Amino acid sequence: MRFDDEPMAGEGLPILPGHTSPGRLERVLRAGGFAVTTELAPPDSADAEDVYRRARVFDGYADAINATDGSGANCHMSSLAVCALLTRIGYAPVMQISCRDKNRIAIQGDILGGAAMGVCNMLCLSGDGVQSGDHPQSKPVFDLDSLSLLQIGTTMRDKGHFQSGRKLTSSPKVFFGAAENPTVEPLEHRASRLAKKVAAGAQFIQTQYVYDMDRLRNFMRRVEDLGLLDKVFLLIGVGPFKTAKGAEWMRSNVPGMHVPDSLIQRMAGAQDQAKEGRQICIDLIQEARSIKGVHGVHIMAYRQEETVAEIVDRSGVLEGRVPWYPNRDTNNEGNLP
Amino acid sequence: MYAVRRWSVRHAGGLNRFYNGLERVLVALAPVWRLIGYERLERPFAFLERNVKGFLFDCKMCGQCVLSSTGMSCSMNCPKNLRNGPCGGVRANGHCEVKPEMRCVWVEAWTGAGRIRGGLEKIAVVQLPVDRRLEGRSSWLKVVRERTDPPKSEVKK
Repeated sequence: MRFDDEPMAGEGLPILPGHTSPGRLERVLRAGGFAVTTELAPPDSADAEDVYRRARVFDGYADAINATDGSGANCHMSSLAVCALLTRIGYAPVMQISCRDKNRIAIQGDILGGAAMGVCNMLCLSGDGVQSGDHPQSKPVFDLDSLSLLQIGTTMRDKGHFQSGRKLTSSPKVFFGAAENPTVEPLEHRASRLAKKVAAGAQFIQTQYVYDMDRLRNFMRRVEDLGLLDKVFLLIGVGPFKTAKGAEWMRSNVPGMHVPDSLIQRMAGAQDQAKEGRQICIDLIQEARSIKGVHGVHIMAYRQEETVAEIVDRSGVLEGRVPWYPNRDTNNEGNLP
Repeated sequence: MYAVRRWSVRHAGGLNRFYNGLERVLVALAPVWRLIGYERLERPFAFLERNVKGFLFDCKMCGQCVLSSTGMSCSMNCPKNLRNGPCGGVRANGHCEVKPEMRCVWVEAWTGAGRIRGGLEKIAVVQLPVDRRLEGRSSWLKVVRERTDPPKSEVKK
């Protein structure tokens, strides 16, 4: 998709009527496209090139790149800094904001700073507990939760003031999102929790890994019953397994993972497990896409980011559309209209 | 205590009715409280609440109680202090991601909310960010004052 009002790299698109951000992700979703987002694991380094190298593997296959915020409670380059680097050359990042490490003073400052640097999408998260990361001795902050964070962010944008009531001279034009986990307990209340997030201001949702499509369908039915289908864009989280053992490990060690036995067996029975893992991911994407109310996928391929391009390509969900990347429009080879 | 806390959730309906009665009594006595002075009452009230609610709910004295909106399951017992619902890390047995031996306070909350009249509507309301200045203070007195001396901006209307 090439927009008629394509800006210089690093500058925002004009904000269309009914849009809240100058970003590409909101454009694609509101235009009815099936969006593909993915996740960049921030480096343990102070070198910008490490960030760019990690982003480049997604060129042409992702509408937006999530910059995680100390995911798994592990220390890495900050999401704000990764986003600042990415927007410099025009990428569309989703800045993840976790409530675990910062209080409301720091977070509101980051929302302003991120928006000033061209971050158009922000994802409001509670965050993993510190016990699961590499610094279990640190202090969990949790001054806000993901919903009060959403509310504060959208208030800054729509009403132009901090939580304190103090006025902003320019409000952050941000497309706000949140997470949801449709496949873990309490299953019967997950959709109501989503409703609450939408009420607090969530415009898009990126779910955690979904490996159980039956549970997803049940969840989506409830979402539809609550009348939420046209109120929020839902991107389903998926990711490839590398090995059956790895899948088993993730199931028992990553918080909030539900993997049906049948998938583990399918992995274990395969000759080339990594290839099978990618195939499972493609199958999940295609199945998710057929469910009413699903607007895209969020591919999390931790430590195998280079597989994302192949997965997206073979799933066919972009239907020939080439998401923007630096220099797409200057040295493309006839992919575009 | 964990066992008492779980008992309270199982008896959320009765406790909520008791709470409503208590609230009416405390509000009716507002002239008495005003006469004595709220600041003078702060410490004895906080002491009482810390002990009563501490025993029944493992109350953390956030000073802005929302128990009637959370099925009598104190959400400040969530290791992430989530006041608006569970995180995505709830285990398959309904237990907490951070404290595996504890049932998720939000799984409990919905159980309790189902036992309170109107509880499922109340649990759906988005709770505001916590005001950390109120930690350790009496939540009951706060409710009485809000009921009987509404903030000035509301009075003007």
